[in-house]
Amino acid sequence: MKIEMKNISKAFGANKVLEGVDFAVESGEVHALMGENGAGKSTLMNILTGLYGDDGGEILVDGQSTSYSGPLDAEQHGISFIHQEMNNFLEMSVVDNMFLNKEIKNKFGMINEDKMRKQAREYLGKLGADIDVDKPIGTLSVGRQQLIEIAKSIMTDAKIIIMDEPTAALTENEIEQLFGVVNELKKQGVGFIYISHRMEEIFKIADKVTVMRDGISVNEYMTKDVDMKQLVRDMVGREIGDFYPDRDPHFGKTILSVKNLTEKGVFKDVSFDVHEGEILAFSGLMGAGRTEIMRAIFGIDHYNSGEIYLDGKKVKIKDPESAIKHRIGFLTENRKDEGLILADSLRDNIALPSINGFVKHGLIDDKSVDEFASLLMKRLTVKAMNEQVTAGSLSGGNQQKVVLAKWVGSGSRVLILDEPTRGVDVGAKREIYDLMNELTDRNVAIIMISSDLPEVLGMSDKIAVVYEGKISGIVDTKGATQESVMTLATGGADNARAN
Amino acid sequence: MQEQTKSVEAEKAKGFDFKKFVGKMGPLLALIVLVILVTVLSPGFIQPNNLLNLLRQVSINAVIAFGMTFVILTGGIDLSVGSILALTGAVTATLLSTGISPVIALLAGIALGSLLGFVNGLLIAYGKAAPFIATLATMTIFRGATYVFTNGNPITGTKMNDSFLFQFMGRGYLLGIPFPIFIMAIVYLVLYLLLHKTTFGRKTYALGGNENAAFIAGVKTKMVTIWIYTISGLMAAIAGIILTSRLSSAQPDAGTSYEMDAIAAVVLGGTSLAGGKGRIFGTLIGALIIGTLNNGMNLLGISSFYQQIVKGIVIIIAVLLDRKSNDK
Repeated sequence: MKIEMKNISKAFGANKVLEGVDFAVESGEVHALMGENGAGKSTLMNILTGLYGDDGGEILVDGQSTSYSGPLDAEQHGISFIHQEMNNFLEMSVVDNMFLNKEIKNKFGMINEDKMRKQAREYLGKLGADIDVDKPIGTLSVGRQQLIEIAKSIMTDAKIIIMDEPTAALTENEIEQLFGVVNELKKQGVGFIYISHRMEEIFKIADKVTVMRDGISVNEYMTKDVDMKQLVRDMVGREIGDFYPDRDPHFGKTILSVKNLTEKGVFKDVSFDVHEGEILAFSGLMGAGRTEIMRAIFGIDHYNSGEIYLDGKKVKIKDPESAIKHRIGFLTENRKDEGLILADSLRDNIALPSINGFVKHGLIDDKSVDEFASLLMKRLTVKAMNEQVTAGSLSGGNQQKVVLAKWVGSGSRVLILDEPTRGVDVGAKREIYDLMNELTDRNVAIIMISSDLPEVLGMSDKIAVVYEGKISGIVDTKGATQESVMTLATGGADNARAN
Repeated sequence: MQEQTKSVEAEKAKGFDFKKFVGKMGPLLALIVLVILVTVLSPGFIQPNNLLNLLRQVSINAVIAFGMTFVILTGGIDLSVGSILALTGAVTATLLSTGISPVIALLAGIALGSLLGFVNGLLIAYGKAAPFIATLATMTIFRGATYVFTNGNPITGTKMNDSFLFQFMGRGYLLGIPFPIFIMAIVYLVLYLLLHKTTFGRKTYALGGNENAAFIAGVKTKMVTIWIYTISGLMAAIAGIILTSRLSSAQPDAGTSYEMDAIAAVVLGGTSLAGGKGRIFGTLIGALIIGTLNNGMNLLGISSFYQQIVKGIVIIIAVLLDRKSNDK
């Protein structure tokens, strides 16, 4: 099967989102589609699968001009779209999810569960996925759900599979497994359109890459003929110089000191120091316990034993409120669930941790709060109409800046950033890095959890690597390499010593 | 990209303002239309005496609904308010008939209502019970306790009726205006300031919008929850005092299904049952809409059987309109 999209244009009202885009994919290849948020990737895919009509251009399938009436029609013709947010019914079993709306019935119109189970197992087996099909799908990891999604696609005999940010929530192991499946299916003649932000993945999995920006397709390359710098340049439309800004750290005294922090079965004997002006990265595989350690320090979760010192004095942090009083801030990894109140205004979001400081005669001094919020928004270059719009109306990068504004505004001296640039586009990423530098210049200490190794190496002064709930090593970033960090993160150092 | 984002956000902002306008003004417009309609059909409606009467009738529901607004803003619900009203009314009346100082009797009633609300709050914050279930249970318990306490009989008594202060609560006039209207106005003002001008109010919205995010931003979410149910209980107690005074007796079945009228007022006022969105001004309007419907239909001689149907239909229309303005 060969799909060619030629000169596709689309406008929503006066807003042109696609202009003369060309894109092609055929069986047996992986074609990556890159671009910042809002570049038009999803719109293009939605036009391909018939969710939107186009305003101009042509879609050729095996040379025939074609248009699908909708995703279901596209699926029936062999084009399957796996969305980033999988629409699974978490309480329903794997098999029921797989056969939703395609249930196999016997001649009396009753559902034939045995047959469905058998088929489900067969297709999952083809992917080498050993999954209990009777389990509620919500009890499985996102990685497994992703595999089930692919099994669904091949069940409908998909020739082309579109995957939108499939690895956003997968662990390293799951990513490896996913790539294995993709390569296997590729050999069997399935073509993939692979939408992703992650550079390393593109180079690992894709044969071709097309970069989109502002509704046009900027360039198409064979992956082997292009490098990361070129792709970034195409995505952003300008030179970002080096991707990571230079750091010129000046360390002051130790602010936060953690000693032997332990929570049974989660993390053990965690000890580290952070200094004024320092960025300490926490690296490690997903699920190694990095987030859990920080949640315990910030007073969200419990810990069994260990001590926390601030400026050399032992402190007891029993909840986030007391953490904030001790001038610690925590940007959590999931801004929609834990970082923002989406229905509230930017102003109320930004002021929330500091709100007790704005009370005059028992009432909130609204004018000062407005000024406070708009000042922080200016400083963090939040792009929004004003401070009264809701947080839910902003793009991912801008939302992240709002969360940062909250913690900068609350006067954090120790700022914990959990995956600060996840789901943030390239331009905003750079702005967040610049802000981190600005903060450390003002003696703020930053603890940055990141699964993005280049980011860890590019933005930190020291790296604490967590492996199975323990710190397997704290190394200077100077001299560290992706390999040396990965070795610690996978327990390699222990194994080497044991041998 | 930047330009594009800006224009998209500008467009969104425009739509948002329109929504905000409808959200804010929708219930008020509905009330105005309703008042005009009733006045045309029955000119007596607009007479000052009738209006004062209407406001006095509204006051009990409004006071409960003001407290309920906080509860619903956090995404919760308080079904026990009607039972709290009955129990606090009965206890206050009993204390009064023993000849105790009316000030103490009134304060005791209010304290009891707050305590019962506090229990709801504890169950919900620390027992992690779903508000619907917790208050459904306490609704039954408090109602049962009222029957046990009163032996199923209304509490009346000459001593109770001798107290000027107590009489004044439900039946008094100040400057020619029924005193319950003053109580409603004062409660409104205090709760308005609490919700819109204090950190407690800001935290209420934050808790209703996203409990996790609120907690991580330093909001003591459990404390706020407990306080909110305490306020709701306190409001039910104030309503109980007005009602008991107005009737000169405490009925064991007083306040039955008052929770529904209060919830209806909150919802008619545009507060989202999912929490996080809404205003106490809306609740005032919602209570007035219900009051105007009741009063107007009485004036028009519509049977109370039909009145219930009409009220239900009005709620459905309000919810449908609200959906529409939210979907834009």
